[in-house]
This record gives sequence, C-alpha cells and structure tokens, in this order.
Amino acid sequence: MVKEIDPSINESQFLLSALKDGRRVDGRGVYDMRSIELTFGQDFGYVQVQLGKTRIAAKVTAEVVRPRPDKPTEGMLLFNTEISPMACPTFESGSRSEEEVLISRIIEKAMRRSRAIDTEGLCIVAGEKVWQIRVDLHFLDHDGNLVDCACIAAITALLHFRRPDVTVVGEEVTIHPVDQRNPVPLSVHHIPICITFGFFDNGEYLTVDPSYLEEQVKEGDMTITMNIHKEICALSKAGGIPLEMDQVLRCSQIALVKVTEITEQIKKALEDDKAAR
Amino acid sequence: MFVAIGSPKRLSLYTISSSSHYGMDSRVELLTPEGLRVDGRRANELRKITAKTSVFSQSDGSAYIEQGNTKCLAAVYGPREVRHRMQALADRAIINVEFNVAPFSTSERKKRSKNDKRSLEVATFIRQTFEPVILTSQFPRSQIDIYLQIFQHDGGLLQSCINAATLALIDAGIPMLDYVCACSAGCIDKVPVLDLNNLEESADTPELTVAILPRTGKVNLLEMESRLHIEKLASVTELATEGCMQIHKILDDVVRKNTQHLKDRLTS
Repeated sequence: MVKEIDPSINESQFLLSALKDGRRVDGRGVYDMRSIELTFGQDFGYVQVQLGKTRIAAKVTAEVVRPRPDKPTEGMLLFNTEISPMACPTFESGSRSEEEVLISRIIEKAMRRSRAIDTEGLCIVAGEKVWQIRVDLHFLDHDGNLVDCACIAAITALLHFRRPDVTVVGEEVTIHPVDQRNPVPLSVHHIPICITFGFFDNGEYLTVDPSYLEEQVKEGDMTITMNIHKEICALSKAGGIPLEMDQVLRCSQIALVKVTEITEQIKKALEDDKAAR
Repeated sequence: MFVAIGSPKRLSLYTISSSSHYGMDSRVELLTPEGLRVDGRRANELRKITAKTSVFSQSDGSAYIEQGNTKCLAAVYGPREVRHRMQALADRAIINVEFNVAPFSTSERKKRSKNDKRSLEVATFIRQTFEPVILTSQFPRSQIDIYLQIFQHDGGLLQSCINAATLALIDAGIPMLDYVCACSAGCIDKVPVLDLNNLEESADTPELTVAILPRTGKVNLLEMESRLHIEKLASVTELATEGCMQIHKILDDVVRKNTQHLKDRLTS
C-alpha cells in the first residue's frame, strides 16, 4: 500500500490563511460547490458524474431473484462500492478500507434506509419473484468529496434506469424483453443528495465540498443528506473537531440551498437526455 | 413463564409463551395519545441506567453498562506497544476499536460476521469520536485498544457503546479532555422522544444519536438515519443533548463512588 504523502506545512498554512480571508485555494467561495457534469451512456442506467475533477461512474442492473424470507413482498436494492487504486494510489484493491466502508454506509443510509426507491413496487410474485436492483459505483478519480459525487451518481443512475416490463397472469410471469415493450422506470419517492462540509481551525471555518487538499488538512467533517422536501435523510458527523450545535443547524440550512440547486440540475440533465433519445 | 394448573396432587406445568411477533403485526402504537410509549415511559424519559467499572481483572480498564435492556461491555487495554510496527505513529498513540454483537443478543439468533459493514462502521465512529478527546500525544508509538461487546440488543447500541467506552477509559486511567456522553433521540408522530428502544428503532422512526462533551456542550458525534423534517432537527437535538447531560451525571456518580471506595480502602 502506498503511504499517503501529507501536505507540506506551506500548503496547509496557505490554505488556512486563505480561509481566514474567506477564500479557497482553487478560487471558489466558501459555500461554493464545484461544477457538476452529468454524462449518460447509451443504455439506460449508466451515468458518469464529474464533480470538479472527482469522477464516479454508476451502473444500474436488474435481476429477478427470490425475495428474502422475512420480507416476501419487497424487492432488493444493493449498492456495490469498491474503491480501486485507479482513483487514488492510497487505496488497495479488494481490501475493506475504512473510507470505503463509510462511503458505502452513507450511500446505503441515504438511499435504502430513507426509502428513496419504492421496494414494494419491485415485487412480481410475492414470496417467489422480486426484482433485485444492483447499483455498481466505480470510483475513477479522487479529487476530494467522493461521498457527494457517489450519491449524485447513484440517484441519477436510478432515476435514469428503466427495468423490463412484466405481466403476471395468474401464475404465469412474462418478462417482456426491451425490444418488445418499452421498459418501465423505477418509482423514486424522493431524491436524496449528500452535502459534505469540512471544518478548519477549531471549527471556526467551514467549506462546502472539500477538495483533496482540503480533505487532508481538515480537522473534522460532516455529511448532511437532504431532499428538496426539506427532509434530512441522514446526518453523519463522526468524530473530528467537536462543534457547537448551532453550527450543525446552520450547516443544514446551507445544505438545503445546495440540494435544491443540484436537484434542479439533475432533473434538467435527465430531461435533456430524454429529449435526445 | 410457568403456570401450575390442576389439583395440588396432580400438578401439571404449562409454559405460556409471552413473545409476540412484532414484525408481523400491523403497526404497533408507539406513542399513545396520553403520551405513553410501549414500555410505559413518557416522551422525555431515559431508560434505567446501571453501570459498573473494573469488571475484568486482565484489562487495564473495563466497564459494564445496562441501558434499559441493552447490555454492553467495554474493555480497554493500553497504552501498550503497537502490534504492527508499521502502524505506529511517531507523535501519538493509535486507537483501535473492535465492536462485536453477540449472536444471542437479539430475539432471533443471528450470527454476524466480524467484518460486517455495520460493525465496522460503528467501530470507526467510536474510534473517530474518541480520537480528539483522548490525549494521544502523551503516548507516542503506542496503541490503545477498546473492545466492545453487546450482550443484549434493545436499541441504542451506539450510545451505550460510547458510554461504556468512556467509563472503561476512565477506569484505565487514560487521560481525556472530558467525558463523552451519548444519547439517542427520535421523533414519533412529530413528538421528540428520548432514548429509543429496539421496537421504536425498527419501526422506521428517525433516530438521532448525539455524543457531547458535557463541560463545553460541544457535539462530538452526530448520527441520524431515516427521514426527519429540518424544522424538527433543533428540538430533537436539544432533547438528545439534555439526555446526554443526565447520562453524564449518572456516569460521573459511578466514577466518583468507585474512587471514593478505592480511597477508603487505601486509607483504612
């Protein structure tokens, strides 16, 4: 495993003194996120998201399986996040690094636990056949803030995906192939978006959407997952510098503004793609 | 539960099963209109907490905590030599946390693998929570191990683990900036409630776990799952913080009582 090179004292001091002036090293304002670019693939369910230089690809596939015995009327939603050394040399392929566990848990909490996808609508025959939706996230380039990028990729891919149409007549189940009948979109209840904050200098300064350098220098971080209905789907501040409670509340207000912007952008990109097909 | 039925000469014993399958029932009423919860508590009442320290002989520090029906055991070893030389940090100690849920802890026996994502997540959270609080710079090139074991799971795992770990670290004599007290809170039918048990947790209620440093009131850990409207966030976090202060008092009493006991034994 390649050991991560800590930023030099010059770099970290420059970053902190720039923050004291209210500016960031890459020229953004303190509350600005990097620009988001969404690229859809030919097939339904593939999207590549670029948040600044951080790049993540998401692919959604569906399969018919037996449901879990304790939940016979619900479909399954799986998230697979494996960070490869392609994204960043400090990651090892195949091992469960802590960062990978945290990222995949945040995505699971944001999507599955908050019931973003209607799993009951994925049932075909109760107790026998349900759809298993699998979201594979590939981390291509790590320039800070993998969590936000992964969340946007996952939810956009789920919104973009179309599953094959199914008709159930009595006991017979016919899964229509894509060329015979138009595939059906998944029913998405709400669109959760993660916003990550980085904290510096004993909690005095915060930045939205930390870059790679800011992530190495930061003293603490917090990820708030919200949707445009003003509901907080998940909140994760684990350790790092202790904060005052009203700082947390202020961050949730900032996150709401960002979530509205990003949701607009995603919806517009999906519509553009639909028009182009 | 056994009941003796029949005439005194012929006693037959019948077992009456008192378990009901909550998962298969339709919605159990979690908060009655009078303001009572499933276990008879009011919305802002904590469960009964009992805590003991120094329960192990081998470990440097240990603690056992019971919050309602949730039973958690923490053992701390350290500061001691790092096991893998490569991981040693030149300027401070590394903290290693292992979190384990016993298979018999839930109503259905379920063996969880050690590398289960949820267990790894809880272990990482606890490690990150204690890293800024323990004065690790006093022990360079060493390791502090915190082992946590859950014996009975009735909700509030993360909070009881953090409380048990705090007591165990104090028992081990490891210097810390302050206690770390954790409490969970949720929102049932738009009413903020304190200290959720397993039934309330699995019913999809939004659950917020807060760990604070009582002296300054600053938040060290804040974890929330399931949806909560942003306007409710302030009231739920306030309730959780109050709960933490109450827990802090209980834990402080335990530590002081133990120290008094030691002092008496020394001076007598």
